[in-house]
Amino acid sequence: MLAACTSNGDKPQSALGQPGAPAQAPAKGQGYAHDPYPSTYRAYPGAPTLVTNVTILDGEGGRIDKGSVLFRDGKIVEVGQMIAAGSGVTVIDGGGNYLTPGVVDIHSHLGDYPSPGVEANSDGNEMTAPVTAEVWAEHSVWPQDPGFARALTNGGVTTLQILPGSANLFGGRSVTVKNVYARTMQAMKFPGAPYGLKMACGENPKRVYGSKGRAPSTRMGNVAVDRQTWARAQEYQKRWAKYEEKGGDAPARDLAMDTLRGVLDGEILIQNHCYRADEMAIVMDMAKEFGYKVTSFHHAVEAYKIADLLKANQVCAAVWADWYGFKMEAYDAINENLAILEKEGACAMIHSDDANGIQRLNQEVAKARSAGIKAGFDISEATAWKWLSLNPAKAMGIGDKTGSLEAGKMADVVLWNGNPFSVYTRPQMVWIDGALLYDANNPKLRPVSDFELGQPGEGDVK
Amino acid sequence: MKHLLLCACAMLAVAAPAAAQDVAIINAKLVIGDGQGPADGGTVVIRAGRVVAAGAGVAVPAGMRVVDAGGRYVTPGIFAGFTRMGIVEVDAVGDTNDSAAQTSTFNAALDVAPAVNARSTPLAINRLEGVTRAVVAPDNSGSIFAGQGAIIDLGVDMDPVSKPRAFQFMEFGEAGARAAGGSRPAAHAMLRNALFEVRDYIRSPASFADRGKDALLTRADAEALVPVVQGRVPLLVHVERGSDILAALELKRLIPGVRLVLVGASEGWTVAREIAAAGVPVIASALADLPSSFEQLAATQSNIGRLKAAGVLVGIGTLNEDEARQARWEKQYAGNLVALGRIPGASGLSWGEAFATITSRPAEALGMGGEFGSLRAGRRGDVVIWDGDPLEIGTSAVSVYIDGAEQPMASRQTRLRDRYWEPKEGALPKAYER
Repeated sequence: MLAACTSNGDKPQSALGQPGAPAQAPAKGQGYAHDPYPSTYRAYPGAPTLVTNVTILDGEGGRIDKGSVLFRDGKIVEVGQMIAAGSGVTVIDGGGNYLTPGVVDIHSHLGDYPSPGVEANSDGNEMTAPVTAEVWAEHSVWPQDPGFARALTNGGVTTLQILPGSANLFGGRSVTVKNVYARTMQAMKFPGAPYGLKMACGENPKRVYGSKGRAPSTRMGNVAVDRQTWARAQEYQKRWAKYEEKGGDAPARDLAMDTLRGVLDGEILIQNHCYRADEMAIVMDMAKEFGYKVTSFHHAVEAYKIADLLKANQVCAAVWADWYGFKMEAYDAINENLAILEKEGACAMIHSDDANGIQRLNQEVAKARSAGIKAGFDISEATAWKWLSLNPAKAMGIGDKTGSLEAGKMADVVLWNGNPFSVYTRPQMVWIDGALLYDANNPKLRPVSDFELGQPGEGDVK
Repeated sequence: MKHLLLCACAMLAVAAPAAAQDVAIINAKLVIGDGQGPADGGTVVIRAGRVVAAGAGVAVPAGMRVVDAGGRYVTPGIFAGFTRMGIVEVDAVGDTNDSAAQTSTFNAALDVAPAVNARSTPLAINRLEGVTRAVVAPDNSGSIFAGQGAIIDLGVDMDPVSKPRAFQFMEFGEAGARAAGGSRPAAHAMLRNALFEVRDYIRSPASFADRGKDALLTRADAEALVPVVQGRVPLLVHVERGSDILAALELKRLIPGVRLVLVGASEGWTVAREIAAAGVPVIASALADLPSSFEQLAATQSNIGRLKAAGVLVGIGTLNEDEARQARWEKQYAGNLVALGRIPGASGLSWGEAFATITSRPAEALGMGGEFGSLRAGRRGDVVIWDGDPLEIGTSAVSVYIDGAEQPMASRQTRLRDRYWEPKEGALPKAYER
């Protein structure tokens, strides 16, 4: 395909028509647009707010009892024990309850597999080839998915990464959104969030393509197709780097290779669906072979078996609290997975992969923490909160913007009506970029998506 | 549980337990499971596998083993209202999945009882978390009728079936429409035709020729539906949409005496009055709140609370929620229903009522409340001692008794945890650590 563009043998012509003169180099990374569907998200207006009398888990492992948080103009201003309200500041007495950063889910398919889950809405897996690095999850996102509202009001989720499914080895690009309803996908898009590339190892790709009588049909086939694809990506990267540096003929665009090139350049983060310990180890070596980095393994059911390897390679693991056994590669799941990772000092976090699970990630973290404590490793509430805020934010490349209650960060904040490690607790108020977007006591602050308008159950407290 | 006298069992229909220990659990924060909250200072006496007495001021018979609960919660074991436990090991490995039979000639005749594997890992994993009994249903394939379900116990012995052929399971919403040929009218026609044939069979079993592979109802299917039509065995009907629920309630007119139980019922709250008036119990999904399908548009976590408020007998089942292995989540579900009580506009349950939805209510829905699901005298000795509030996250079962027999507290998962608590390999490979 690439050879075909210059196959007529003509020498390239410069603008002045002088044969052979190289065209001007566009400069590094400037050969083509890297952000053609930019975020149009704008924070909704919020009042300067001081929440007092709360137990603060700051998302970075810190805890302040009887603390206060001040935010203004969409940003956290101050977190501490006693903070002066100042004039024009709305003061909310938190009643001794907990205040945390908003929940960040690194693995969601909301919008791509929305409710209702009918075939016509099924837009999460481009199941037509094992390598579809050219597809972008954002082009499937339906911003009217009722699931966004549930994640907000029941789960306190303020940010989520939407990924393509795991049918393919290279599934395509992810998109990170703020959990704020909008008419367009772009208007939900998290400003400045890097793209992720969804990769998958294990059972899914080999099953999907093996059943079509084509590669890959085995795990070794998975890795072979992966490696061949990375080898192509290295060539593509070289061609474009040369062109951007020295000019001349622009190489032919290959949208899949654009994405892989972004990974090799460190601009796009690998989010790798991978369950088994032995396969994760192979993938980490493959990454070394081709010069890229795996940011995190998702569904890393066996991560606990190789916590030391993950730590040594600085690769994160995103896991469930207690899913197990639904497929062979989930057979060795244990409830202490997250706790063992934490104990061994590896980077770990919770994730949902589920429109129901995303509504209770705080409870999933409570389960994982409790399993660890009962097995003999003490984990504080403050440490455990990192599993659903700062750790996923970092692994999504937005840890400098959200995921903790630090001055200057986005004011993505949840006030809970009790201890969020208790089953009896729910979000009381949720702010995103300082705008109050859910208040349990205010029926007007409860989003109803277009789909639910005029339907049975419209506007119900779900 | 193991029964020694086969002839006696056949007559009782419900297998008698063995290996039961006589035990009295004293000093308990006691939950009977009937809707009341916990009460301190309780005692449970179990003899010959059954509860003899439970409450405050219950005397401990002389010579009985006494366990001091130390003021901790003591409750009936969780009675999982709808599962596929014991008939599926790994869903994605077809050989281990006995929930549905895609190419079988038979439907209503399919009986899960002989397929239940007491050694399948979900039983031990759920037992560790206080699940002692479960409703096990088949999944449908080529018919609205899925087959005959069982009630099982999760005991460690090799006799898991407490009551075989405890009910027939039927799909009567979108899944039923699909199986019947593509529409709800087709499902209704399939049902009516089945009823004609069953009545034929009842009139003259000897002359009911087996219609073979092409038949709409084989002889075995007809035979299996007789106790349903005669009201001897409950018919569990999976429906979600309000209008489907009303259509299902009409079955009571079509089949006089049928013992109907609604399963799923996401939109149950929208027709709660009609369900209550019909006296039909419900085994509902607890937290389904998404319009996952067009038959669940009005789904809300307030469903169970509103059904209960309308006077419907309602318990929790895990339909479409990893039925094969996650019955243990029911505790968390029930806790969430309590939490709903603090959300303006939502309908939750009291703690006692929430606990009943995962113990006595589903047992009662199946007509088995006299046998399972509570610590009222005469019920099976399924008892759990917990280290805290059993609906709270982080609470563990300390001891589990099934039919009065104390159960081991280990599983394949705890073995894996112990092996990998220190992940790095030592002097020998991990495979040598046991």
